[in-house]
Amino acid sequence: MSQDRLTHLKRLEAESIHIMREVAAELSNPVMLYSIGKDSAVMLHLAVKAFYPSKPPFPLMHIDTTWKFREMIAFRDETAKRLGFDLIVHTNEDGLAQGINPFDHGSSLYTQVMKTEALKAALDKYGFNAAFGGARRDEEKSRAKERIFSFRSANHVWDPKNQRPELWNLYNARIRPGESLRVFPLSNWTELDIWQYILAENIPIVPLYFAAERPIVWRGGQMIMVDDARLPLQPGEAPQMRQVRFRTLGCYPLTAAIDSDAATLEAIVREMLIARTSERAGRLIDHDEAASMEKKKREGYF
Amino acid sequence: MEPTKGLASPLDQLSAHETKGLLRFLTCGSVDDGKSTLIGRLLYDTKLLFEDQLATLESDSRKHGTTGEDLDFALLVDGLAAEREQGITIDVAYRFFATEKRKFIVADTPGHEQYTRNMATGASNSDLAVILIDARKGILTQTRRHSYIAALLGIHHVVLAVNKIDLADFSQAVFDEIVAAYRAFAKDFGFKTLVAIPLSARFGDNVLTPSARTPWYTGPALLEHLEQVEVVSAAAGRPFRMPVQWVNRPNLDFRGFSGTVASGTVRAGDEVVIASSGVTTRVKSIVTADGDLAEAVAGEAVTLTLADEVDASRGDVIAAAAARPEFSDQFAAHLIWMHDEPLLPGRSYLIKIGTRTVGASVTEIKHKVDVNTFQHLAAKTLALNEVAVVNFSTQAPVAFDPFGAVPQTGAFIVIDRMSNLTVGAGMIDFGLRRATNVHWQALEVTKDSRAALKAQKPVVLWFTGLSGAGKSTIANIVEKKLHVLGRHTTMLDGDNVRHGLNRDLGFTEADRVENIRRVAEVSRLFVDAGLIVLVSFISPFRAERRMARELMGPGEFVEIFVDTPLAVAESRDVKGLYKRARAGEIRNFTGIDSPYESPEAAEITLLGGTKDPEALADEVIRYLQASGHI
Repeated sequence: MSQDRLTHLKRLEAESIHIMREVAAELSNPVMLYSIGKDSAVMLHLAVKAFYPSKPPFPLMHIDTTWKFREMIAFRDETAKRLGFDLIVHTNEDGLAQGINPFDHGSSLYTQVMKTEALKAALDKYGFNAAFGGARRDEEKSRAKERIFSFRSANHVWDPKNQRPELWNLYNARIRPGESLRVFPLSNWTELDIWQYILAENIPIVPLYFAAERPIVWRGGQMIMVDDARLPLQPGEAPQMRQVRFRTLGCYPLTAAIDSDAATLEAIVREMLIARTSERAGRLIDHDEAASMEKKKREGYF
Repeated sequence: MEPTKGLASPLDQLSAHETKGLLRFLTCGSVDDGKSTLIGRLLYDTKLLFEDQLATLESDSRKHGTTGEDLDFALLVDGLAAEREQGITIDVAYRFFATEKRKFIVADTPGHEQYTRNMATGASNSDLAVILIDARKGILTQTRRHSYIAALLGIHHVVLAVNKIDLADFSQAVFDEIVAAYRAFAKDFGFKTLVAIPLSARFGDNVLTPSARTPWYTGPALLEHLEQVEVVSAAAGRPFRMPVQWVNRPNLDFRGFSGTVASGTVRAGDEVVIASSGVTTRVKSIVTADGDLAEAVAGEAVTLTLADEVDASRGDVIAAAAARPEFSDQFAAHLIWMHDEPLLPGRSYLIKIGTRTVGASVTEIKHKVDVNTFQHLAAKTLALNEVAVVNFSTQAPVAFDPFGAVPQTGAFIVIDRMSNLTVGAGMIDFGLRRATNVHWQALEVTKDSRAALKAQKPVVLWFTGLSGAGKSTIANIVEKKLHVLGRHTTMLDGDNVRHGLNRDLGFTEADRVENIRRVAEVSRLFVDAGLIVLVSFISPFRAERRMARELMGPGEFVEIFVDTPLAVAESRDVKGLYKRARAGEIRNFTGIDSPYESPEAAEITLLGGTKDPEALADEVIRYLQASGHI
């Protein structure tokens, strides 16, 4: 199956396109989850390629917790418009009304309500029976175990001990009414592949990935950016300006910045090659408890 | 931090990284042979673990570890909570690493027999298998099973990793004996390379570099071999194939066929054939978002436009006109069964081959293969993890190649029609000649002309329900009424057929499937003869009723569910069968110790026990009048 003429990235690209086309052909109502991060940027870029010259036959959906970096929201709207996607933005209004936030309720409950529950409600509301996600197997060890076409019961539950066999590129997309699939076209990409592809294809990404002077405070040994006035400052705590960037983007109170001078894509790739920590080290929700990601995923988190 | 071993300097890597080759391999073998530990060791020794991952590993090792004070590398890959608690691998995990020579995707697969399907999942996309053997235990059943499955799935390159050699005193004699025994049993597997390496995953001997503790071993260390082994297959010489995934029609002026080139090369101007119709045309252009290509090779995702307006849709195969795939509705294949419910010959499943999904059933199990002795055994059904050579019959012809010639168009999966689970994986050996060469006799007197003579529309009235539900009673009344109306009918009754046509069949699940298959086929012949056929069978399984339905033309099958509660049917017990079943004298009795699957969309549902049979029969007659059958 190897063809030397195709580079590693070309082959990854072709595999992702194949996956997206299978979903579009076999499922009646797919949606692409858009998290605005670098992986999502690559996924959107691939979707445009997969169906060219047609438009991708599905909308984008963003689960908005209302705690994303402001630059992300601006970038989201601009990107959807530039690529001609229909964009659905869904927020858990009940959670919002109850004032659920990452400070008073802890990251675990906050994620459950504002992300997981919101996602499930949105999928049900629009009747989507397949949702693309930009997760990669190299991110985290329960993700490393997940199929590319990952089956969800009518209650959105993932059963990791009983996954469908998945052979060759013959994906089984058959489901009954109410059931759904989560599909991960970037499963076999690594973080480095993502950056090299962004560099090679010149894909626009949120400016927060590039180093700049930003106001940060220290929390639990991690640097948190003060993106707006909602971040409660502790007594004596004052934001300081520091040259930082983000290796991964989520909700700003739960995403730590890293020290960096990398202000270009080339510099980011070089930094990646000598990195000694994983990208998810900067994701605060992964460390809530042991097997944290698996638990969240079983409950319906992406 | 020390400089990273095995990695070039970052700046060199930036340019070199993108052009590196990729090797996908899996680790397999029996439980506790050290598969996960080996991968952990590879990642650790190549310094590819991040600091936070290492810190997590240290804390996990203290909590769940099985290696005393040392790091338990298995915890790096056993990512599920259930795996860590039980200390076993349940499902395949994928890990990614790179050296200065190559990128690697490694699939760490489970050793337990129970999870063989997950091993097959990992193997199906791998170029090479690292088969681990515990030096103290030698070759085990799982070693043989995994080797056989790897070979079946088309893996041509194998590393025999004789692990835990430290616990066998680094003994050359132990190593040589295992290797000789392995080569003997694997001699017919068609492996192009087979390299045996003595190693200790736990201590790192011969993993990255040759170990001083095995001076008698002069071959490469594992990683050296993985970096060098040449796995480029014979793909280059294969004929062009592209299964159509999606018809690309953005507007009236553009009609393209999107798909991934499965094998061979295609160039603009090439003569191609649509395999299902045999219509030939030429490739007009090879469209991608990055511009049109002059040619595309296997693995590329493209959109083809064709010179002529030919009929092709998802599931069709566009192929080189000079080297066409086979097109047939019968073929012989190797089949790996992957589900707890056994494969039943005659039962209707779906198969997905390329982008085509079609109804199919196994017509015959030629033999199954004992994975320990590789002997051929007779079989009526196929259980979880069993491998067999079978004949398949599909509901419509499909395009394919023998797996050995073109793996991408010779592989298929089997899907259960009820649960939608993937229940099997198949590799086509060859098309059956009777399908390719024997054509249907074109009959002068047709079904329609026979029916016209009788002035009726032939149809099967399929009564299903529990024993004692009243099927035969109602069917008899319906037949009398039809007879009075001057219709030509015939009746197939469960008990009567079992006394003649099906007297060789018992009541196992496999025999019940065959029972229904024969009745359905006979019904079809009667329908061809222009008759109204009344079939009265318990027929408890949806899959078989669906099979019967799909044998008939549109409107020729009317499913009548005689929905009588079990308690009512049991209280009638005309033949005394329920009593005997309750007493354990009859096994596999529907409703007692064998399930009845109610119809999901029967044309008619009769509530047995609520009205007298005469009134229920009238409901059937009214349906036939309303639907224009009579």
